[in-house]
Amino acid sequence: MSIFTAPTLAHYLVLGAILFAISIAGIFINRRNVIIMLMAIELMLLAVNLNFIAFSRYLGDMSGQVFVFFILTVAAAESAIGLAILVLLFRNVGSIDVEDLDALKG
Amino acid sequence: MTFFTFTFYAFALILVFAGLRVITTRNPVHAALWLVLSFFTAAAIWILLQAEFLAITLVLVYVGAVMVLFLFVVMMLDVNFDSLRRQFRSYLPQGVIVGALVLLEMTLAVVSSAIGAAQIAPPLPTGSNTKALGSLLYVDYVYPFEIAAVVLLVAIIAAITLTHRKRKATRYQDPAVQANVRREDRVRIVQMPAEKSET
Repeated sequence: MSIFTAPTLAHYLVLGAILFAISIAGIFINRRNVIIMLMAIELMLLAVNLNFIAFSRYLGDMSGQVFVFFILTVAAAESAIGLAILVLLFRNVGSIDVEDLDALKG
Repeated sequence: MTFFTFTFYAFALILVFAGLRVITTRNPVHAALWLVLSFFTAAAIWILLQAEFLAITLVLVYVGAVMVLFLFVVMMLDVNFDSLRRQFRSYLPQGVIVGALVLLEMTLAVVSSAIGAAQIAPPLPTGSNTKALGSLLYVDYVYPFEIAAVVLLVAIIAAITLTHRKRKATRYQDPAVQANVRREDRVRIVQMPAEKSET
């Protein structure tokens, strides 16, 4: 099989692009469900981290992995606060449908 | 095809499939479990890229903590998830078009530029990946590391303050009220004549 060549940097970058596109499509598709949207954001950050690590490996620079470390930290903080807001939202509105969040008349 | 190549394609296929299931599945608990699978597979691919420490961190932090948090929240909220998928079909073409466009643009950018041509990875530095990462993190990036710690502290405080619910029945002391109390609030002096005994 000729298409399955040994993985190069481009393979990893395209894999990251596929994951990123999947998560963007997921945000569009699950427009009403905040929980699935948060999961799609986690998937998006995973794709970005994959790109960082692939570049770090192929350029021989460890700083990319340090950056992934910081992204993991910020993403963990983000999801903790996001879920806390979600719980608060459900307690006050009684729904997590994005369509119901019209208190700001936006 | 070497074993390394086979491993990469196998894990890449699993990763893409799990990602697709995350966004299309009906039950959010299943979505969280598919997300766990995609994190595990991504960790395997990171190990292929010789980033062992970050792969283990991904499994520990994401699968062990963040996804458990997601599962807790999904199970705690009593939401009718079927009503959230009412217009799933009508949103589908839009999402597919935007996703395909993003994928096309990024793939064109990768394939047409020179970065995709980096075929051969440079030789690995000798020694462990964890040691190299640690010496970089604690020497060159020590101030960003401290800021990351502050970010986590802010996240802890924010999450607790947001979800903390003060119960009405709880009895507690207010030191300000205690310090400001005056004699008149507590003691009432009643003047009354002493009664004479009948005997």
